[in-house]
Amino acid sequence: MSLTTTPEHHVPDDGAPTGPTTPPSRPPARQAAREMDNPHQARAVKDILARIVMWSAFALAMVPLVWILWTVASQGVHMLTEATWWTGNQRNINSDDAGGGARHAIEGTLIQAGMTALISIPIGILTAVYLVEYGRGRLAKAISFMVDILSGVPSIVAALFIYAVWVTTFGIDRSGFAVSLSLVLLMIPTIVRSTEEMLKLVPNELREASYALGVPKWVTVVRIVLRTAFSGIVTGILLGLARVMGETAPLLILGPYTKNFQRDLFDGNMATLPTMINQDRGDFALVTAAERMWGAALTLIILVLLLNILGRVVAHYGSVKK
Amino acid sequence: MSVSRVSAIGALALTGALALSACASENPAPAGNTAGAGGTAAVNADCFEGDLKAEGSSAQKNAIDEAISAYQTACGDANIDYQPSGSGAGIKQFIAKQVDFAGSDSALKTEEKDGIIESEEAKNSCGSDAWNLPMVTGPVAIAYNVEGVDKLVLNADVAAKIFNGEITTWDDAAIAELNKDVKLPSTPIKVYFRSDESGTTENFTKYLKAAAPEAWPHETGKKWTGKGEGKEKSAGVATATQGQDGAITYVEWSYAQQNQLAMAAIDSGSGPVELTAESAGKTVATAQQVGTGNDLALKIDYATKEEGAYPIVLVTYEIVCSKYADAETGKKVKSFLKSFASDEVQGSLTTQGYAPLPAEVATKVKAAIDAIS
Amino acid sequence: MSTVTGVSAADELPGPDGRKPLTGDRASTGRLGDRLFGGAATLSGVIVIAMVSLIAVFLLAQALPALTNNSENFLTSRVWAPGGEKPAFGILEFLWTTVAASTIAMLLAVPVGVAVALFLTQYAPMWMRKPAASLVDLLAAIPSIVYGLWGLMTFRAFVKPVEQFLQDNFGWFPLFAPTKITGGTIFFIGIVLAIMVLPIVTALSREVFDQTPVAHKEGALALGATRWEMIRTAVLPFGKPGVISASMLALGRALGETIAVTFLVSALSDGTDWTWSLFNGGETFASKIANNAAEFSNPSKTGAYIAAGLVLFVLTFVVNSIARIVIERRKAFTE
Repeated sequence: MSLTTTPEHHVPDDGAPTGPTTPPSRPPARQAAREMDNPHQARAVKDILARIVMWSAFALAMVPLVWILWTVASQGVHMLTEATWWTGNQRNINSDDAGGGARHAIEGTLIQAGMTALISIPIGILTAVYLVEYGRGRLAKAISFMVDILSGVPSIVAALFIYAVWVTTFGIDRSGFAVSLSLVLLMIPTIVRSTEEMLKLVPNELREASYALGVPKWVTVVRIVLRTAFSGIVTGILLGLARVMGETAPLLILGPYTKNFQRDLFDGNMATLPTMINQDRGDFALVTAAERMWGAALTLIILVLLLNILGRVVAHYGSVKK
Repeated sequence: MSVSRVSAIGALALTGALALSACASENPAPAGNTAGAGGTAAVNADCFEGDLKAEGSSAQKNAIDEAISAYQTACGDANIDYQPSGSGAGIKQFIAKQVDFAGSDSALKTEEKDGIIESEEAKNSCGSDAWNLPMVTGPVAIAYNVEGVDKLVLNADVAAKIFNGEITTWDDAAIAELNKDVKLPSTPIKVYFRSDESGTTENFTKYLKAAAPEAWPHETGKKWTGKGEGKEKSAGVATATQGQDGAITYVEWSYAQQNQLAMAAIDSGSGPVELTAESAGKTVATAQQVGTGNDLALKIDYATKEEGAYPIVLVTYEIVCSKYADAETGKKVKSFLKSFASDEVQGSLTTQGYAPLPAEVATKVKAAIDAIS
Repeated sequence: MSTVTGVSAADELPGPDGRKPLTGDRASTGRLGDRLFGGAATLSGVIVIAMVSLIAVFLLAQALPALTNNSENFLTSRVWAPGGEKPAFGILEFLWTTVAASTIAMLLAVPVGVAVALFLTQYAPMWMRKPAASLVDLLAAIPSIVYGLWGLMTFRAFVKPVEQFLQDNFGWFPLFAPTKITGGTIFFIGIVLAIMVLPIVTALSREVFDQTPVAHKEGALALGATRWEMIRTAVLPFGKPGVISASMLALGRALGETIAVTFLVSALSDGTDWTWSLFNGGETFASKIANNAAEFSNPSKTGAYIAAGLVLFVLTFVVNSIARIVIERRKAFTE
């Protein structure tokens, strides 16, 4: 990547006596120069090359991604067309039995993700607000540093940490809530970093204009800054949510699977889609289990997709009109 | 507990917030279930209501799943969860009181290992003796994938040398010696092993050590000490073997069957023995009880030379408290295990890749279950 | 220049007279709402600090006893036998696999990801931008377990011939030296990780590029810059901190990715010869921990794995810090 420093930028390399002050005279000059001057041609070639690179990068990136979607969709779709899939659970269905439902896992995933979001969105956004709008000096540096560290915590380590606190220290049973707590640790850095970037992009004029009108700072932050950055913040949250919904390692340590319905976050085993996938993966040589596994994977993708669409709609209606 | 009130509110709020219509009643039997669970044995049990949690060995997953289905079919209000996360995990969670009983491929260790004595820890956690109850026996297959070879005989010595990296091609003289009428290719041997710590590895290496002490100089244990390429869990090694010409691995019988892998017959001195429920059962029958009273820890004679006995088997136990601090839990465990040990359920397990318990052991197990309180 | 620099007041450098820069805080009115809101923001930050400190204490408390009992050199040994009377463990192998696989992932994902983001914001026809962007967002939302499944069951067969080709033709190059590993090579895992983090890089970079002030872009174009020159001089410099942040998030995920790698990886047996080859197997930190987490039965063994987790932690942190420094230096240039 040629992320060169700015000073060298718009120096015209055709040597023509044109400058920023005489734009009207440029088009003809360029025309002439293009025919005669090599450097100019080189610029045009570069431009076309860049265009080709961008298009092919896009095409290249789409191949595996669409391929994944296709694999999952084609293998899993027929499970989803059964009504049982959306209403039933896996009770009394062994790995060599076909079918069964995924509702218990869908509910579990949504409940746990909801709890995780409930805790981490306020903390994440407020921390980002602090870093951008309030943070000065040592405390801000320390927080920024800590967020960096937190983003480096592998999910498995976060889970072991919660296990040590929750089970070893306090002796409480593993539960959906314990899973949510470990997912919070993974979601917060994503939200803070992406929100922070978005807040930094809000032009200072907006803040200054607001202050100049005598609007209190907190109102400025909430109604001007956060609203301007709203769409980007939502993207960040959705990325974070998508990550934690598909996260499996903490579930293996903190969230035992069950084949039954279970909506209590605080007591008992709670099924989730990733643990359901993991359960069936052990037996995927059996067609019955493999079908269920792909079905659960597809369901998970669809859930995340629906959340994404929901988020987009919220972002669309919540953001300031230009 | 105040937690439960908070939880109720929390769960309600969340379910509402996520616009989930919480309409389904607790655990209705899913439609289409009866059709699928054709092999489920009918049981007569004194049912309990509520949850029972267990965790442990993945080698017994299919067996206990079958037993759970049978029990739950008879008892609609019982929820039994079994996490097949590994023997060590089961024992750990049992000691940490996270589960009501554990499944393990080896009995609780009575001597110190890595700073803890499992049986003592379990005893402390239970407040009473912890018992090892053998419940199912799972043979371990030596599964292979060699093009053109659908019959293979190995003995302990050759197997140890293969898994130790000393024999590297399929047409090695040592293998050819045992397979005179098979045309062996010169394909290099690819050994796959379990990269996670597992009871299967422990039992397999115990066999190699007992039956071929010279060819297998390594320690026995849950961690693989031989050569090869490691894959995660039984499913991982089975898939890898299936996808690679010249591959060989050790894996529970049920996984070998699922993946349609060829399995080697074992020659322990009195002719090659195919892996069947019967031949594996013969080895289990020679096992000796090493626990006392109702603690039924068994010691398998891996070096058995008995005719028609397939020697690589693992016994998987249910580890229970002899007297549960919460009498209610004790009743649940007792009720379920009783059904699991019943002849109907045990009889249905052979189709799942398990060998039944020898009658003598089964009687003892039933007596021990009756003594749980 | 306009003040629309993508840099908030908080980032501006002190004025020439050494006075602190004009800060937003001056705007605080000291009203109740302000104090509450500011307090809540500060509190959140403090919570983050508390969480990380607790994790650090936990990690150190578990890792230190194991490390002091270790009879091997923790950083340079390839042995991993944390149990038993004399624990012996070193992380060299995991370190190499983790770093090598993540490097491959970043080398592939960052340039392509940025290019795709540029495509979506600068090149794509208008009708295409929204749907294509939504597609990328969707892909960022595919759970890692799905990438693991796909890699294991579908993609592997397509990478194998490529690996074979490289081994056959470029085997003389140490990184491509032939090995006996047939399953999850470092090379393969790197590619899967790249595919996995690509949408993350793209999604965040796109958001940032989208915010490039129109004035900057039009200014460059008006000066006769070609589209590419406009991107190079206006869009990229503006978006660079964001791209770096996005890359760091992606790298964090690549380094710490657990479940997909656990599915794919091929572990090495004890005493395998050392090789630099990318076609060798080997566990990453995260997969090693996850694969054995079920068997953490006693403190000294757990401690060894936690110590490995600690290294991963430090590794991510070091890379992040370097990125921060790069961003900071960059700012000094732009002003």
